[in-house]
Parts: sequence; C-alpha cells; structure tokens
Amino acid sequence: MTPSKDKSKMPVRSRLTSRRSQKSRKNGFSSEKNQLSALQEEKLKEFRESFVEEFQDAPLYAAVMSYLFYFYMAFFACIKDLMIRLGVRKSKRPKEYKNEGFVPLYPEFEDFYFRHIYIPYSWAFNKPISSTAGPIIQLMEREVVDGGWQHRLTGVKTRMINTGSYNYLGFAENVGPCVEAAEEAVKKHGLACCSSRHEFGSLALHNELETLVARFVGKPAAMVFGMGFSTNSTNIPTLVGKKDLIISDALNHSSLVTGARLSGATIRVFKHNDMKSLESVLRESVVKGNPRRHRPWGKILIIVEGVYSMEGSVLRLPEVVALKKKYKALLYLDEAHSIGAVGPNGRGVTDYFGVDPADVDIMMGTFTKSFGAAGGYIAATQVNINTLIEYSWEIIDHIRGSSHSAAYASSMSPPVAVQVISSMKIIMGEDGTDEGKRRLKALDENNREDILKTRFLSAIIYFRYFRRRVKEMGYVVFGHNASPIIPLVIFAPGNTA
Amino acid sequence: MAGVEHCPTEGSPGSPYYFQLSYFTIYLTKGIEILEYYTKVPFYHVLFEAVLVIWIYRLITSKTFRFREQKIELTEKEEEELIEEWQPEPLVPATPTYDLDVITPKVVEGKPGHTLKIDDMECLNFATFNFLGFVGNDKIEDTAIKSLHRYGVGSCGPRGFYGTIDVHLELEERLAKYTRTEEAILYSYGFSTIASAIPAYSKRGDVVFCDKGVSFAIQKGLVASRSRVMWFEHNDMEDLERLLLEQKEKDEKNPKKASVTRRFLIVEGIYVNYGDIAPLPKLMELKYKYKVRIFIDESASFGVLGHTGRGLTEHFNVPIKEVDLVSVSMENSLATIGGFCCGTTFVVDHQRISGAGYCFSASLPPMLASAAIEALNIMEQKPDMFDDLREKAKLLHAELDGLQGLVCEGSEESPIKHLRLLEQLETIDDEEDKLKEIVAIALRNGVALTIARYLKDDEKFLPPPSIRVTVNVQLTKEEIKRGAQVIRQAAEQVFG
Ligand SMILES: Cc1ncc(COP(=O)(O)O)c(C=O)c1O
Repeated sequence: MTPSKDKSKMPVRSRLTSRRSQKSRKNGFSSEKNQLSALQEEKLKEFRESFVEEFQDAPLYAAVMSYLFYFYMAFFACIKDLMIRLGVRKSKRPKEYKNEGFVPLYPEFEDFYFRHIYIPYSWAFNKPISSTAGPIIQLMEREVVDGGWQHRLTGVKTRMINTGSYNYLGFAENVGPCVEAAEEAVKKHGLACCSSRHEFGSLALHNELETLVARFVGKPAAMVFGMGFSTNSTNIPTLVGKKDLIISDALNHSSLVTGARLSGATIRVFKHNDMKSLESVLRESVVKGNPRRHRPWGKILIIVEGVYSMEGSVLRLPEVVALKKKYKALLYLDEAHSIGAVGPNGRGVTDYFGVDPADVDIMMGTFTKSFGAAGGYIAATQVNINTLIEYSWEIIDHIRGSSHSAAYASSMSPPVAVQVISSMKIIMGEDGTDEGKRRLKALDENNREDILKTRFLSAIIYFRYFRRRVKEMGYVVFGHNASPIIPLVIFAPGNTA
Repeated sequence: MAGVEHCPTEGSPGSPYYFQLSYFTIYLTKGIEILEYYTKVPFYHVLFEAVLVIWIYRLITSKTFRFREQKIELTEKEEEELIEEWQPEPLVPATPTYDLDVITPKVVEGKPGHTLKIDDMECLNFATFNFLGFVGNDKIEDTAIKSLHRYGVGSCGPRGFYGTIDVHLELEERLAKYTRTEEAILYSYGFSTIASAIPAYSKRGDVVFCDKGVSFAIQKGLVASRSRVMWFEHNDMEDLERLLLEQKEKDEKNPKKASVTRRFLIVEGIYVNYGDIAPLPKLMELKYKYKVRIFIDESASFGVLGHTGRGLTEHFNVPIKEVDLVSVSMENSLATIGGFCCGTTFVVDHQRISGAGYCFSASLPPMLASAAIEALNIMEQKPDMFDDLREKAKLLHAELDGLQGLVCEGSEESPIKHLRLLEQLETIDDEEDKLKEIVAIALRNGVALTIARYLKDDEKFLPPPSIRVTVNVQLTKEEIKRGAQVIRQAAEQVFG
C-alpha cells in the first residue's frame, strides 16, 4: 500500500544509520538538496497515489436533521430566556457574588451557548470513571439535577469497553513492570521537586529519560517537560519571533495555536492536510516576504501534527518534507497521537513513511497517550548549520536555556518519568522481552488472531478492524486507515447520549 | 438542498438566530432615521448627493481608472529566483541568549526535601518551594502508591474523554471545601493554571490592571488573552488608582464601549519575584469602587499565610467569596504537580469549556491527585504548622538582617526572601556573578541556595538580580541560624 511497506521489514535502527551515513546531517538548506532526484520524485508520486483518506459527506437526511436540531434548540432556548425575563420561569444558574453593576463577565453569545447547549448536554461528557483508563473501565453513573447544572453520583458503577481513551498501547495499567518501577521512583525520589529545571529540579532520571527519548525518536538530543500542552505553548515562542512566519495546519491542536500566538510571529493557515494549499502559502510567503516590513521573512516554520486527534487523518509527511526542502522552511512536527502508535516500530509517522528523522527539524510529542504517563518532549537536530555561515549551536541547548517551562515550571514528577522510561524501553524491546513487539504487532490488522489473545490491550488498538466494522454498520467515519483514531461523526448532538 | 442552505444561518452556533434579529432591528431603525433626514434637507442637497454618487460609480467602473493599486505580477522565473535567493535565518540564534550555566544545572540525588543531596553532599535546602516539607512525607507517598496500584500512572485522556477519575472529583470537592469556595477546577500543570485561566475570561477589548511584579505565567496568560494591559508599579496602590481613574474617564467619554469592556485586576498573594504581600483590603476597596473583578494568584501564599493556611484572604480576614478567582499552583506547598482555580460556581465553571489547559490536555495523573488529597488531610489535622512556618520565616528574616553588601527584601512572614545587592553594579551580569559567587561558597559549606532564574529577554519587567532564599518547616531553628551564618560569612568573603 504505502511506499514504506517494503522497507518496513527492515528494523528502523539500521535504516537510520544507513541513511545517516549517506548524507551529512544538515538542516535541509543546501542547494543540491533543494531539487529532488528523479527517484525521489517518482516515490513521491507513488505516495500521492497510494495515500487514501476518507472524509465522507454526510447523507442529506442526516445533514438536514442536524441543522433542524440546532434550529429547534436555539428556538426553545430563546423561548426559555424570554420566560425567565418575564419572570414566568426561574433560572437555575448559579449567581455571581455581590458584583452588582459590573460589566457582565460573559459575552452574550458565549453565555447563551453555555446555558443552553453545553449545560443540558454536559452529562454526556466528563463522565467520571473509577479505574485505570484501560481497555475495560468502570464508569460511574450520574444523575442530572437542576436541568444539567448539577450532577450527582448515584453510586452505581458499570463496566464498559473503553474506546475513548488515548491508551494506544495499553500502558494505562495498574500492574506490571512499569508500575513497579514507578513505585520504586516514589520511594527513591518522592513525588515532585518543587523547583524548576534551571534551579534544583533536575534529577538524574530526567537526564536518563531525555537520552532515551532522543534515541527512540532518532534525534541527537531531547528535552522533556511536565505537560504536553505546555511543551507546545511554552517552547514555540523560544523558536520563532516577530520577524518570522508560522505556517500552520488549519486544524492544529489548541496548544500549538496558543504557542504560535504567544510567539508574536505572523501566522498563516493552510487547508487541513492539503499540500496544494501548503505550497501556495509557502510560495507566496517566500516570494512576497513580510508585507508589513517589506523584508523577507526571518525564517518560516511549518507546524503540523502526525495524526490529527479529531479527524483521524495522517499527515502527508513525505510531501511536507519535499516542500519544506524546496522552500527552505523549517518543520515542527507534533507527534502527540502518532508516537508509539503508528509505524512498524511505533516511532511515529517518520517510522511509518520511512522518512529520515533528520529531515524533520523539531519533533515534539507527548507521553500522555501511548506511554500511559504525562508530559511531553522536544527532540531536535543537534547541529544547526546554515549553508552560508558555518556555525553550530545546539537547538536543544537553546530550548534548555530559554524554554519558559524550563525556567519557571516545576520539573516532571519522578514516578511519571519512570513510567515513560520503562514503557519506552518495552516498546524498544530493551527490557529483554518481546512484550513491546507484541503490543506493536497488535497494531497491524494482519495479526488479528494474535490480538484476540492479548487480553490487556485497549480496544482502540484493533483500530483497523474497528474501522471496517463501524463502516459496515453505516456510520460516517473520517481519517486515514493507518490512524488509530476513528472519528465517528454524529450529526445530531441529541444522539450523543 | 434549499432547506439545508438556509437553516445554518439560523441554527448553527456561529450565528444565532436571535442575534441576527437584533442586527436587523438596528438596521431597520437606522434606515428610518436616514429617510427622515432626507425629508428635512432642501431638494438641491439631495440632487447634489445623487450626482456625486453617480460620478463615483462611473469612476470606479471606468476602465482607465485603476482603483486598486496595480498588482505586480512576477513571472515564474523571477519567483524561482527569489526562492533561490532567500536565505532563512538559522532556527536558533548563533550566540546563546541565556546563561550558560542553566543548561548544566546541578543534579539532585534522592528526595529534594529537607536537604538536597548535591555532588554527594547533603546541603540544607534553602532553595525549593517545598514550604510545608511535604516532599518525602511517608503518609503522602503511601497514599500515592496505593493510588498507583489502583489507577496506574497516566489518565490517557483529557477530562472530557474519560480522563475524569473519581480522585479528581474528590480533590476538587476537597479543595473547594478547604478554601471555603463553591467550586474548584483542577489543572494538570501549575504553569498553565493561571496562564489558561486569564484568557478564559479576559478577551480582546477588555482591560487588565496588573502589578509589574507578577510572575511569568501571568504575563503569558495576559499575552494569550490579547487584552489591553495597564501595568501599575509593584504594590503601589496610588499608581493603581491613577490608572483606574484614567480608565474611568475614558469610559465616561464612551459609555457604549465601556458597557462591554470587562475590567480585571490581577495580583499575587505573595509575589514570588519579590517576597512581599499584596495589600488586599485596599485592593478590595478599589475593586468595588471601580467595579473591576479581582483575580489572585496564591501559588506562594496558599498553605503559608493565614492562621490555618488558607492564604491571603484569611491573612487579611477578607471573605474569599468577594475575590472573583483564586488560582493556586500545587507545585509549592502541596508538593505535587498541577494547580487549581477556585471561586464561585458562576465564575469557575466557565473554565470547563474555555480553559485551554483544562480542555485540551490530559488530566492530572491520579496518583498525584491522591497525594494532594492526603496533603490537604495533613494540613487540616496539623494547623499549627502554618504558625511554625511563619515563625521560622521571621527568624530567618531577622538572621539575614544587616548582611554585608546585601539587603533582604520581602515580608517578614513570607517564606520567600530575596537577597539583593545594596549597591548597583555596572551590568546585570556583573551583579549576578557576585551573587553566584555567594551561592557557590554557601554550597561548599552545605547550604543550597539559588539565584532567582529569569528569562531575561522575555520578562516584561525584569526584577533586579537576587538570591532567592526559601524556608521550609522541616528546617530546625538551629539549622536556619546555621544557614544564615553561612550566608553571612559568604557575603563577607565576597564583599569584604
Ligand atoms: C496534537 C496534540 N498536542 C499536544 C497535546 C497535549 O498533550 P497533553 O495532554 O500531554 O497535555 C495533545 C492532547 O490532546 C494533542 O492532541
């Protein structure tokens, strides 16, 4: 199916090294690399043809119904508001304390949405559980009180199959080697450092984890942070500034958007996973430069995700890399949902497509999903070489020195760091068992017989099977076949329950 | 299809039906006003306007007149040349913009609690924010391990998607009860607590009055909110009132705009960067006088100030209900990870749909939430530790008085103190070098200190360099005296 298929039989390690020996690790600016070789062109073409992703249109009936639904909801909400205003009905909303005469805290529309759409349906979300977020969860039943303003736990707990958590490799478990290691870490290092990495928050554990992550993603160096969201929102501002341009996918995660906004750089958006749109934005930006300052852009950073969590689509990485090289832009790849979950070795989209990690300038990912922990990392090319002036400085050192999280936020909790270390070692097969292989194998549809025997894996793991079955049942699904995320599109919000 | 096309304008959340209705009525009334106007003016006036309109229309449509700026069309070849020519800057600056020693920090062995083990030497801990000594507390660790065996480490999802575990609900309830507020909301990282809370309320067009001494997380929250920020001098109430008056005058000139401009006042309980306490009674007075909502970041004052450790409001005996939002990082006193905001349900609940760090990030690992619950238990059971902590803070303050070349800044009761240079040197780097010398000497004598680390280029108002000394309750009086003695000697050595 994909161009990487034949190569995927090769272990990633040897593939990396063989590639590395071919070319020096540069940042992708040298002119001879700007032009793709005929072979590469061909491969890219082949890739384009083989890349299928579905975004089925809604059936007309469903579309009409969902619009009607919203219409009714707004209609009745207006009537309710009117009745409250006339004093016929009493509002159940909690009140603000003693702030008479203040400007209302919420804009009218936001408030309308909150009262009439979020609150009545909030019980369908935020459902509490009382177990690990594993394959089977214990759901705690709730009762709606006051039309949704309050929820009361009934005390009834139901066991359910979990297809909602991002527990791709099933590491959200409460027994096993990872848990034992985490317990050891609590006894040895406590639960937190109460200090930042720049002060006294660095443990040997953190350094160990950073080396391991770098090795795992195939980059020379990495830094880890206590929260995935902050990894994006506090590090993008250290990489780009006012003179620079960020080109961002239209459907990027909120943390990337926050980071881009904090950086002060100009932001341009291209259509979700649409390479034509990306190329036209890139071309125009390079040719026209910064329209305000009438100068060329300092640098251009393309920010994309490996697997999109809300659409289930997989990034067209080989094409992005080709464009990035052609226009000398830099690439920031967020692998929150792909690291550990896609690719024959679980090393993310670079592994899946057989792209050299050196072609991606900044690789970011989180430990929240596949590793069953919390936090995030940034891994980067160590030496940053410009074709004109040859100097080198470590990108990761720059991040270490000027990341907001490193200077002001508390360092990663020791048991969480250890959970990542041990789960990552299992995936890499460095724990001396083939546990990791087994879990990764379950990612492949071809091994379905095997999957059914592994009792501990999250249901979402059987994603290809799941995708096919769900489609057979007539749901509208989005996304790419290789993605572990299968968005089922529900048109009428009333059906969510 | 026709039905489909006209429905969304009325029903989709982007443009609610009744909004359009109100716009429609505005336009309608405007239209009638204009018509009325034309019945009153003389006829030649109407004629003149009509001729003018026709003339402008002709101008725009005529071929010879180019209304828009002429577009420069580049040929493909020229574009290729430009692309070829463009040399991007390197991803990171050629010369480091940060202190070189921050990228090789001292590695701590064991538990960073009462003492820090650095380079195989046990040093008294005067550096981390572990005020209540909860790092390494057996009870807390046991609870956390029990929780670990029940829930595992990660929660694998945000709160909305099965990431809400019963301990999160329990912790939120306990925090609300402890702080005596209606509701608390839990975040998974201290830094993003206040940084997400501010943009959840304050939007573009709103005005925020903020102290110049606030921590970096607040500064970033303000940038993300895109509101207009009016900075007042650190803890200077007169300056604040001046700004409030300035805004009031502006509002009186444009009451229509003022009726949708929300105003916020953001302060810290104990300023991490200065070690002093915000004058809450005066702030509350200004709050009601000028109708601004007040948000307090109590990261350094929760579990520190007040008879039972409930923070700034207890310290000044102000009802916490009158404060609109209190934000606390659990990474200091509570010695775990994460943070929370508390206040009335009306205010706090809104963050459940608009707090970016709450909605779009995985929830706190349950074992860390359990640890916070146990820490709260201990705080409830042993309320004398807060007095103990304050007494030790006062002792340290007294001991650090009259150092050679240094001055101890901050409130007596605050467990955070800043030692700053008495006399300014030429550059900030020179000053820092002196302070680093003191830190190094103290470390050799078994006292762990740190200079306050800032990102110098990113701070809005960089505080003057300092050594940040902190106290934790586990330090005995003798140890505090010994620590102060070591600092005194180091200062003499450097400045003597
Ligand atoms: C693309 C992306 N980046 C970052 C994050 C945030 O990660 P965390 O949950 O660890 O804060 C997420 C989480 O949903 C994500 O989808």
